[in-house]
Amino acid sequence: MKFLSAINMTGGYGGADIIHSCDITVEKGEIAVVVGPNGAGKSTAMKAIFGMLDLSEGTVTLDGKDITHMAPQDRVPIGMAFVPQNRNVFVSLTVEENLEMGAFIREDDISETMEQVYELFPMLKEKRNQPAGELSGGQRQQVAVGRALMTKPKLLMLDEPTAGVSPIVMDDLFDRILEIARTGIAILMVEQNARHALEIADHGFVMVQGENRYTDTGKALLANPEVRRSFLGG
Amino acid sequence: MEILNALALLANFVVVPATAYGAQLALGALGVTLIFGILRFANFSHGELMSFGTMAVILFTWVLQGQGVIIHPLPTALLALPVGILVAIVLSLTTDRLVFRFYRRKRANPIIFAIVSVGVMFVYAGLVRIVIGPDDQSFADGARFIITAREFKELSGLAEGIAIKQTQVVTIAVAVAVVAAMFWFLQKTRSGKAMRAYSDNEDLALLSGIDPDRVVMIAWIITAALATIAGTLYSLDKIYKPFIFLQILLPIFAATIVGGIGQPVGAILGGFVVAYSEVMLTYAYKKFLAYLGPSGWAPDSLVQLLSTDYKFAVSFIILVVVLLVRPTGIIRGKVIG
Repeated sequence: MKFLSAINMTGGYGGADIIHSCDITVEKGEIAVVVGPNGAGKSTAMKAIFGMLDLSEGTVTLDGKDITHMAPQDRVPIGMAFVPQNRNVFVSLTVEENLEMGAFIREDDISETMEQVYELFPMLKEKRNQPAGELSGGQRQQVAVGRALMTKPKLLMLDEPTAGVSPIVMDDLFDRILEIARTGIAILMVEQNARHALEIADHGFVMVQGENRYTDTGKALLANPEVRRSFLGG
Repeated sequence: MEILNALALLANFVVVPATAYGAQLALGALGVTLIFGILRFANFSHGELMSFGTMAVILFTWVLQGQGVIIHPLPTALLALPVGILVAIVLSLTTDRLVFRFYRRKRANPIIFAIVSVGVMFVYAGLVRIVIGPDDQSFADGARFIITAREFKELSGLAEGIAIKQTQVVTIAVAVAVVAAMFWFLQKTRSGKAMRAYSDNEDLALLSGIDPDRVVMIAWIITAALATIAGTLYSLDKIYKPFIFLQILLPIFAATIVGGIGQPVGAILGGFVVAYSEVMLTYAYKKFLAYLGPSGWAPDSLVQLLSTDYKFAVSFIILVVVLLVRPTGIIRGKVIG
């Protein structure tokens, strides 16, 4: 059993099911990437794993513990952190206040974690007293990831962290994500930039119409001619 | 000398009263903006919450006055204020528990909340009428003036005096202290930052482990305190009139919207904008212009843009103009709709 195992997930937002018997797993220190065409249910699968969606079937376990029916906010204290795709920073709060709010549930000294985030994203330290809403798209994503790291999560979930940022910023962000994974955190992310994401991924899940189509290591998926033809543009 | 007299006249009849009135409106608007920022609805019951809190202050002031506990030259009401605040907090939290929480759980539309708050307003108004009655109540004591017009004239040698009432100074001093305390809370404390975070982005606040029930509770506590203070200062300055608290909603809402809904700094700015507009547009400038013109000359009319009977129309006009021209308010706030 992997650190996070979401097995046989089926569900939607009340109406028709959006994901069907979907499996997503990730091990500590690894990066798992979910790719697929628009509307494949990638983000929905992420939300299901974080409990923001009722599952009619399937189980989600973290570290062997069944959390299928746990409320999203209760998943934060047990080590899960989620960075949504949109509205993922407090725009009117400063960068530093964003990080502080990320650590809201912690009672201990957060200054060390904050220093680690600033080491990871030196730009944020420079802009610590600026409102997050005044930052560029890439810097905002850094704030969003930094905020999520403040709880010292064991599993970091990122929903399209590179949406709308320039290629250079994207490279840099992927490097940082690799760095975070090296500290032993499990990372699960949904990505539009499939090729690039699979290059850094240990495992990849290709989803189509709410189902797993291909599941393999990142390298194998990149080498698979069918995957290349259908999802990576040749 | 003539110019100084003109300025003294203006200070006496415009600047001093408008500043005190502006401070009262600002405190009221702060409460409305806070509830809008956290609970996301226009709280029509705010005026009657002010009335209820003030009523509690008045009742306890009478008790204190009866016991001979006074703090001359300051008004006894200041001593009774904490008790009134406590009563208003209990009322707000009870209302939230019995009424607003139900709609919050149902994730009701903001307009439903607003209508519900109108109902709450009528209930509060009814409670006030039952307890203290519909009549005006006077409870101000202590020194009446810091400086009277005559004293000022003797001191300065001017023909025009500037009278400063004790209640005006108390209003401004208390308002400054309260606003400073509130901004310190919002900017520096963990709970305050959590409130700003919640107001900014509710979903992300949940993802960060911020407890919405606690944020809502703190919002009501602060709002009840602000409402009681605003109502008490307003009633000390003028008189406690239960019926005024329905009318005062208009300038308070105007101040909230002018400043930018959900923006505390905006609420304060808005309070003063509305107060100054109201006083300046209803002041008769005849004497003022007579001082500035050639000696012996005076305008034939009163040079009053609007009769004081129409002072609430000023708020209304400001409200309409702001909503047409800059719906976000001075400081970019939320737009209702």
